[in-house]
Amino acid sequence: MIRRLPHVDRVGVEERAAALGKRSIKTTAKQQGIRLAISMIDLTTLEGADTPGKVRHLCAKAVCPAPELPEIPSCAAICVYPSLAGVASEALRGTGVKTAAVSAGFPAGQVPLDVKLRDTEDAVSLGADEIDMVISREAFLAGDDARVQEEIVRVREACGDAHLKVILETSELGSYDHVRHASMLAMEAGADFIKTSTGKSSAGATPGVCLVMLEAIRDYAHRTGRQVGFKAAGGVSTSKAALHRLVLAKETLGDDWLTPDLLRIGASSVLNDLLMQYAKTQTGRYGRSEDFSKE
Amino acid sequence: MSVRTKIVWEYAPAPESTDHVRLREDYGLFIGGEFRAPLDGRREPTINPATEEPIAQVAWAGEADLRAAVEAARGAQSAWAALPGRERGKYLFRIARLIQERARELAVVETMDGGKPLRESRDVDVPLAAAHFFHYAGWADKLSYGVGGRSVAPMGVVGQIVPWNFPLLMAAWKLAPALACGNTAILKPAETTPLTALLLAEIIQEAELPAGVVAIVPGDGATGAALVRSEGIDKFAFTGSTGVGRDIQAALAGKKIGLTLELGGKSANIVFEDAALDQAVEGIVNGIFFNQGHVCCAGSRLFIQESVADEVVTKLWDRMGRLRVGDPLDKNTDVGAINSAEQLERIEALVAAGEEEGAVRRSIACDVPERGYWFAPTLLTEVSPAHRVAVEEIFGPVVSVLTFRTQAEAIEKANNSRYGLAAGIWTDKGAKAFEVASALQAGVIWQNTYNHFDPTAAFGGYKESGFGREGGPAGLRPYLRVS
Repeated sequence: MIRRLPHVDRVGVEERAAALGKRSIKTTAKQQGIRLAISMIDLTTLEGADTPGKVRHLCAKAVCPAPELPEIPSCAAICVYPSLAGVASEALRGTGVKTAAVSAGFPAGQVPLDVKLRDTEDAVSLGADEIDMVISREAFLAGDDARVQEEIVRVREACGDAHLKVILETSELGSYDHVRHASMLAMEAGADFIKTSTGKSSAGATPGVCLVMLEAIRDYAHRTGRQVGFKAAGGVSTSKAALHRLVLAKETLGDDWLTPDLLRIGASSVLNDLLMQYAKTQTGRYGRSEDFSKE
Repeated sequence: MSVRTKIVWEYAPAPESTDHVRLREDYGLFIGGEFRAPLDGRREPTINPATEEPIAQVAWAGEADLRAAVEAARGAQSAWAALPGRERGKYLFRIARLIQERARELAVVETMDGGKPLRESRDVDVPLAAAHFFHYAGWADKLSYGVGGRSVAPMGVVGQIVPWNFPLLMAAWKLAPALACGNTAILKPAETTPLTALLLAEIIQEAELPAGVVAIVPGDGATGAALVRSEGIDKFAFTGSTGVGRDIQAALAGKKIGLTLELGGKSANIVFEDAALDQAVEGIVNGIFFNQGHVCCAGSRLFIQESVADEVVTKLWDRMGRLRVGDPLDKNTDVGAINSAEQLERIEALVAAGEEEGAVRRSIACDVPERGYWFAPTLLTEVSPAHRVAVEEIFGPVVSVLTFRTQAEAIEKANNSRYGLAAGIWTDKGAKAFEVASALQAGVIWQNTYNHFDPTAAFGGYKESGFGREGGPAGLRPYLRVS
């Protein structure tokens, strides 16, 4: 079937995304928004220096981000490298917080397909509930859509019951047209979520990129009836940025999507900023970063 | 397993504070550099259209008042024109800076008096008003460069009548070039929205503009008609309806008085199948729901290529559902109150006529306050070019959807109007955009955007949308005698 490539106008999309950044989120809306954002966080550590100890600490933080604020919900998931998925899964058992593992040759994706599949199968067997795979930008930029899609389909199969998030690494795709096109490819191939970035490249979940992907999700849902989730990752480091992403989702997809089942924020440092902003709505004064544990 | 309860997230009310606003209980006429009680005019309340509450009493000028204003303007004119351009420029820069200093207050008052969302008065009206003064301040000492190096002289005393849709901004569009060129001006704000012009009068006082250079004389249509018939005015500039524009032109016929008219419109917003459709939908929304559609260049005739018409209408209706209608002072409001009861009645009547002629009407569901004047954003489909809603200016949040098959048909249908103020073209193809733009009879054409204004760009109409240009160097010409 020959389908028209959906165009995206850069100026227009960035204007709309910036305009939604001006929504005034105050008082109760701010409190609820912060709680919602925290419940959507995939608390992430993706360093060569990650150890089981560090991952266990982070898991405890995800389950109970601020013991002194009982109304603050748990984060949605912990996101780690596959080798630490077992540690995370063990630490999170029975808490409702999911284990997510990055996969498919994260972050560059420059490994053969069989390695990507093995990567995925290993992570799932170690207890990962969710797989965050990267697409092959090499294939996408060379125009080989079929291979991009084939790889997603195969990784999807390797996931079994685990949820699949497909990372587009938008800053490497070169244009909003490509971001939209890659979003459609990933959804057609069976992605449960589409995700902006690895967090390892120059730019991540910019407002414009988020809006383009959210619009693709909306159009795909309209055409097929299937609700695909969205994960903003990379560069969402302040409460303001997190709430801006929620506004983009609310006003593009509607309230149906405002749940951790369909919306995630991949980040680490944003959690404490959200907690500080939340505490400020309670106490009326800004706290210090030391008020909350780093991990 | 911990139980996750669904967190509901609605924006809390975020009303802009009005505490900082310094409004007086009543305003006189601004003549000869001071606020005066009217000689033969009267006092009328100005109403907040979102609450129907009076905000302040405002003096309306009578004929004797207008004579006094003309006399003051005439008396001040030669000295003002004799100032070096750079000195006149300094006054305009000062006014621009004072507008910026009082930006928040001006935005709140504009919203209270006119019903437009604070988001717009804060981000569009007030900053653009300051930008116009800045722009023309820069021209004041370079006038002959703006007209190809010829010698220039001011027209003299100018009369200016502005509408209620952008009260402060239109006052800036009119006053800034007139003053830069060495004219003195008598400005009549609209009857429903005089307040920001009166705050501008305070700013003019604070800027120590010589007495008489600017007069602000509020009033209704009768005041305007009397101003147009006043002796001693050398040029008129009017923005408003085509009907009143015709009346002004008739009144000035045979007299040696300059005239520029910026009148109504029924502007075409043309969406081609190769457009970036999501951004086109944003442009449609901005084209027709900006300022409740009270925009002379509003994209009220939406032409969509048939191959994508269903898709665009679906997306548009979905997007319209996200519009937040209500308290104009709330920072999250997208669509505010209709400016007056009279305008609301006119919108209702035209939309009803459209339905009778066979248009299908869809208005979004929205909770609006009990008091005040409100009209839900409305989409009319199954509209034919002959229907009244496709021909007459509604001046409200109502878009009429029409379709076309080819580029030639789009151009023909877009031009098939007695108006010709603005147009929008949505396509990803540069060559097509230029081809269509050069074939359209419209004074302003936007490509892949709509309702963007800039003081450097000329604005004005073709056909019954008026004549003369405002903005940029072209906006100097109507205020100068060129030899």
